[in-house]
Amino acid sequence: MSDTQSESTEKEPTPPAAKFDLGGRKAPLGESQVWLTAMGLALGVLMTLGLLGLIFVKGLEVFWPHPIAQITLKQDSTATLSDSNILAGPITETRSIKTGDTTREEIQLMVGNRDVYRLSFHFLNAADVVDTTYPEDIVLAERMEYGHAIFYPKFATLADGTTIPANGPGFAETLNRLAGETADRRKVIADVKSDGMGTQNRKILKAERKIRALERRGKATPEKIAALRETIATAETALVPLGAELDALNAKQRAATLTFTLPTGEERTQPFGEFVAFTYPNRLSIFGKVGHFAHKLWEFVSTGPREANTEGGIFPAIFGTFVMTLLMSIAVTPFGVIAAIYLREYAKQGVLVQWVRISVNNLAGVPSIVFGVFGLGFFIYVVGGWVDQIFYPDAVAENRSVFGTGGLLWASLTLALMTLPVLIVATEEALAAVPRGAREAALACGASKWQTIQRIVLPSATPGILTGVILAMARGAGEVAPLMLVGVVKVAEDLPLDSVFPFIHAERKFMHLGFHIYDLGFQSPDSEAAKPMVFATTFLLIVLVIVMNLAAILLRNHLRKKYAVASF
Amino acid sequence: MLDPSYIKIQDFSFWYGAKKALHGINMDIPESQITALIGPSGCGKSTLLRNMNRMNDLIDGVRHEGDITLDGTSLYDPTVEVISLRKRVGMVFQKYNPFAKTIYENVVFSLRVAGRNSKKELDETVERSLKGAALWDEVKDRLHESAFSLSGGQMQRLCIARAIANRPQILLMDEPCAALDPIATLKIEELMLKLKEEFTIVIVTHNMQQAMRCSDKTAFFYLGKLIEFNDTKSIFETPKEAQTEEYISGRFS
Repeated sequence: MSDTQSESTEKEPTPPAAKFDLGGRKAPLGESQVWLTAMGLALGVLMTLGLLGLIFVKGLEVFWPHPIAQITLKQDSTATLSDSNILAGPITETRSIKTGDTTREEIQLMVGNRDVYRLSFHFLNAADVVDTTYPEDIVLAERMEYGHAIFYPKFATLADGTTIPANGPGFAETLNRLAGETADRRKVIADVKSDGMGTQNRKILKAERKIRALERRGKATPEKIAALRETIATAETALVPLGAELDALNAKQRAATLTFTLPTGEERTQPFGEFVAFTYPNRLSIFGKVGHFAHKLWEFVSTGPREANTEGGIFPAIFGTFVMTLLMSIAVTPFGVIAAIYLREYAKQGVLVQWVRISVNNLAGVPSIVFGVFGLGFFIYVVGGWVDQIFYPDAVAENRSVFGTGGLLWASLTLALMTLPVLIVATEEALAAVPRGAREAALACGASKWQTIQRIVLPSATPGILTGVILAMARGAGEVAPLMLVGVVKVAEDLPLDSVFPFIHAERKFMHLGFHIYDLGFQSPDSEAAKPMVFATTFLLIVLVIVMNLAAILLRNHLRKKYAVASF
Repeated sequence: MLDPSYIKIQDFSFWYGAKKALHGINMDIPESQITALIGPSGCGKSTLLRNMNRMNDLIDGVRHEGDITLDGTSLYDPTVEVISLRKRVGMVFQKYNPFAKTIYENVVFSLRVAGRNSKKELDETVERSLKGAALWDEVKDRLHESAFSLSGGQMQRLCIARAIANRPQILLMDEPCAALDPIATLKIEELMLKLKEEFTIVIVTHNMQQAMRCSDKTAFFYLGKLIEFNDTKSIFETPKEAQTEEYISGRFS
């Protein structure tokens, strides 16, 4: 033991009998820092779990059937609806409002029936409530328009005029059967519209455009024009029976009707064609509820939206996000890897390369909307306009744009550009981590530089490169701002992938989960009705990103095992 | 028959940036013999070895003066292709560095990069090289397993098999036994004695006994200068220079 050490320990009361003086501090150095750092991590984990938990619960709650409460208010309550003091609907929220010293409870009721009440949600003072019951025979109906309807059914009138009273046995089955029939017919109508009439309309449009193009070029010979007019005439003739079929189908949709009484007393009659599904929420057993939940969840992920996106599913948005992220990864990976290979392997390391590297890193910090503006200005106006000029002169002459407007391809490329720095940095690090010994061994075997890179360096670096792809995907899939400029829309008529030649339509506008969330939450006519959908869509966006990342992570782990470096 | 100046190093100096690592080396390395380069760390022996297949070209900011000729051809002649040179001069490194491939693919790597892919030739090469590296009997039943499944000594012998697969004329070995245990070291030494019938071997080693046991000639380097170069027997028994004697008797390292 040195003198200086014993001097410093003299100040502290250490047990003098100790054989080995180890300093005798009560708390070892660094302990408080352990707490500090652990606290930081714990806080981060807590916040992440809280966020995910909130989205998970709120997102899935949407699909769970809630019981419908029938509330009787005091006669003099100000919260009456349609001059009635009886209201019904699922209770969506209760909150306390503090005004001065008094606190009052407020209940939010989803009263539905927007066509009658004008609003789907209704607030009422809890103090005004006289009675709350959960009637068995109240029905929650999903409709094609005006949101949900909540009512007591009276009777159904079939197409042949017979009526089935609602208080008879098996009326619930009758409702479901009729709803199923109209749903089937709705599919037939959609088929007639898109496959039947759509095909003919496309033929007509194509022929008309061809005629105009021929006329513009002065190549319009009478024979050609006649042949095209013949095509149009044939298509128009083919449309006639289709139109009649459509009319007949629509009439059938209106033939059977349901008459019902609203909780507030109005009696109404509506054709079955306007209903989507009926449930008796207060009659559902726990299994019925689970079944309903699963059915609604499946419907949500597998069907398209209705009613300004506030109802129905989000399949086109899931599909659009998936395809765009995939295209983006396909575009960014080779580009980023090639750039990183040059930077790390070939470029002479000097001031210039260092500057390039700094610039690339800084590119990762550029706000994403800037990339959106660049995508719009360069990809759409310049490249897209140029593609249209060369390949679609007829469209340009008629002031139409094919590639000269936002679309899937340009959105993917814009995001690829945005995530490029992430990939370059990750790839450079992966390349740098390949041991020098492996390169030297390859070169000593007479391999050229490129052969060394291709056969030895790149395989070893693949797991690291995939980490970069995962990070790029995670960033790209959740990005919204630039997409709004380069091709995302609220409602896309067609998916970017379908059965019409050439099957992949990269020029089409598309829907995106991130934009869908924004649209639902802030652009929707009834934001209260859309709120649960916002959570559900957010939940799905997270699930999609996790699933795609998981796939890449599994691939990376597989490769990592394959290209494990020898341990000494 | 034997060329006494097979590799001829003439007044060769070498710089890493501003640091001069080799000072005017003159040395004739004979054919079909084992030449050992010894000396304390940082004396330039590895630098010289790595110049014999121009591996030092990979480092930025290096520069040389003088010349190294191989069988009369200058390595630095502008018409010399580095790739062809490295096919004639194989190299084994201090740390065994097999590729993340199968044993088979490791051995045939130099053939693959040369575009030789005939199955028959590859199979023959694998057998010949692995037999040459005394590894065949141990791995012949698992040629298509990962090279990383081998032990350290086996991996180093695999690297030797890989280096001789292309039938080079010269084999450079940079402390090939530094990472191996004594038994594996002994195997490699036996192997070198067998290989010298076919190849000219230049080996860098820190192990004095190793140099004594297997080399025909020994060169002692100190601070970038060639101090003494002679038959191994003479170097170890009757060194002419005082520094050599001090080093081999272990008075400095």
